Amino acid sequence: MDIAFFRLTLVLYLIATAGFLIFVIKKNKKVGFWSHRILVAGFALNCIYLVLGYYQLGAMPVLNFKTSLSFFSWTIIAAYIIFQARFRLAVLGSFVVPFSAFLMIISSTIPISSITVKPIFKGFWLPVHVATAFLGDGIFAIAFIAGVMYLIQEHQIKTKRLGAFYSRLPSLNSLDSINYHAINYGFLLLTIGMITGSIVAQGAHGSYWRWDPKEVWSLITWLCYAVLLHQRMAIGWRGRRSAIMSIGCFFVLIFTFIGVNFLMEGYHSFKSLGGN
Amino acid sequence: MITIVDIGMNHETAPVELRELIAFGGHNIRDVMNTIRGIKDIKESIVLSTCNRVEILFTTDKEKEAKESVTEFLSRVSGITKEELGPILYIYTNEEAIRHIFRVGASLDSMIVGEPQILGQVKEAYRIAVDHKSSSVILNRLMHRTFSLAKKIRTETDISGSAVSVSFAAVELGKKIFGDLQGKKVLLIGAGEMAELAATYLLNNKIAEILVANRTFSRAVELADHFHGKAISFEEIGDQLLEVDIVLTSTASPEPIISFNQVRTTMRGRKNRPLFFIDIAVPRDVEPRVNGIENVFVYDIDDLRGVVESNVNKRRGEAVKAERMVDEEVIKFTEWLKTLDVVPTIVALKDKCESIRQSELKKTLSSLGNLTPEHREAVENLTISIAKKILNDPIVFLKRKEDRASRNLYLDIARKLFNLDTDSDETKPNPDKSEP
Repeated sequence: MDIAFFRLTLVLYLIATAGFLIFVIKKNKKVGFWSHRILVAGFALNCIYLVLGYYQLGAMPVLNFKTSLSFFSWTIIAAYIIFQARFRLAVLGSFVVPFSAFLMIISSTIPISSITVKPIFKGFWLPVHVATAFLGDGIFAIAFIAGVMYLIQEHQIKTKRLGAFYSRLPSLNSLDSINYHAINYGFLLLTIGMITGSIVAQGAHGSYWRWDPKEVWSLITWLCYAVLLHQRMAIGWRGRRSAIMSIGCFFVLIFTFIGVNFLMEGYHSFKSLGGN
Repeated sequence: MITIVDIGMNHETAPVELRELIAFGGHNIRDVMNTIRGIKDIKESIVLSTCNRVEILFTTDKEKEAKESVTEFLSRVSGITKEELGPILYIYTNEEAIRHIFRVGASLDSMIVGEPQILGQVKEAYRIAVDHKSSSVILNRLMHRTFSLAKKIRTETDISGSAVSVSFAAVELGKKIFGDLQGKKVLLIGAGEMAELAATYLLNNKIAEILVANRTFSRAVELADHFHGKAISFEEIGDQLLEVDIVLTSTASPEPIISFNQVRTTMRGRKNRPLFFIDIAVPRDVEPRVNGIENVFVYDIDDLRGVVESNVNKRRGEAVKAERMVDEEVIKFTEWLKTLDVVPTIVALKDKCESIRQSELKKTLSSLGNLTPEHREAVENLTISIAKKILNDPIVFLKRKEDRASRNLYLDIARKLFNLDTDSDETKPNPDKSEP
């Protein structure tokens, strides 16, 4: 039953991806409008799928790489839908939606494995920790993509070679302010995610901080974004520099998200979470 | 058989001196309209006159005579002999005329392909024709198709997408840097036609303020007045660089007046808010190296010309797409035209049937005496549905023949079978009267 929701979600995301690509290539607003609708429909199914998963499992469905990835792509779409409502930049979707659909496809190719849910995964703080940390990641993904778009557009304007992207991408100012807002909100959620995480750790392991690799790398990621925010607000960084740094920060974040869980031992690794 | 004809000339066929002679700018377009309408072989007509073209679009039964009369009229108005007019005018008929008017409306026939004014001018010409009741079934539809096609081409292709003038390209770049130009401050250094034009475009985009600097301060004041801005002295430029967002330069200065170091220090003071230099001066007023500073963008006249040129090429590519859309629409329209031949016969058939129905119904109802309204209605509905059902097959059959070569034969047979041409053919007995 729930796998049907997953498949349908994926199909809708793929249709939306195709639509968003046609929209940006052909500049056909109607296609863009309907792509967004389809995306929202897919997102609704995705929500149902996740809720069902939560009830069946009794815990947030992020215990193995497969479900983590699909949850991550859900948060990216969620962040996109929120940003779209605020900034009205459908072109952003042409970059974000393919990225998210790509993660979803990878997730779908990973075989389903049985998961044993340990009792410590149940409780109030853990879902809050997981939700805020992941949503923060999703919003940082938006910042990353806006940064990439900024660099493409800025390169075109600086070198005076106004190619196909020039007319399709939004203004530098819009991209920069999306980048800025995304980093702000992402940072807020990441901070909440880390605080609630330490509360969970206190309950489960008896201490707030145990120098687990995930904890250390999360702190590194947090510091990277903190530096970026400081440079933006206090020194007045903007545009290119900020875009490059937000891209760099995102790579650190991806390592924290995936690399740490695979390469390093610790209670966040998928092995010890109970999945594979 | 109705023919659509377009007689006209444009910027390609006639030099401006001749266009001026023919263009109805000096005459009252309504008088022209009336004269054209007065020509006896012309059924419907529309007159379009802009600085780049004159088009007289009309429908007629007598193609040759009508063309002759219109050419004569043009010769009379312009004072150019018919022989001289020959090579200047183009005369399009039917499909060609339809295509031509579609292309004109979609701005494919314009001097600057994709320029948007022409559609408004065509709409205005049509409005005048409607006022004069000189446009009817065929031209009404042709014009509506022209408008919707032009709109479709504009939204689905990029034909009007990118700027093809230097000043406009500069404004477009500004929008790609700042997003909205509303509330931005502009500094105009020096004066020149292109810089002033760009400043005007910027003002149209609701910029907050325009500052004007000039070596001769009185000239600065004059320009500032013109743009409702503020004049500043040349020495204040450095300070103002901290405040403004767009700088337009076009001085005759032999050396650059904006230096790399100056801008670099300025950017710190600006907290890296973007700064856009539009340098229209030759030699350049802004050191080229300035473009290398982060969040600073410098476009000189050659850069802008490059942008315009690539935009012009892009438009040409888009025009190919647009031409294909025009072709499709021409086919659709000619198909519709063909159905028009069938329409009068179908209408006559329906009319005849309806009049028979009415008169028979009247007779029957009066002989039946007092009926309840329900009964009356039932009898009436019965007659309506019988008439409808009898006519259905012949009408469907005729419609199916509308684009066949055998069309005329069947139309002829239908008219004879149902005796639809009684008015013109009095010798035949009227079936209504021959009935007992």
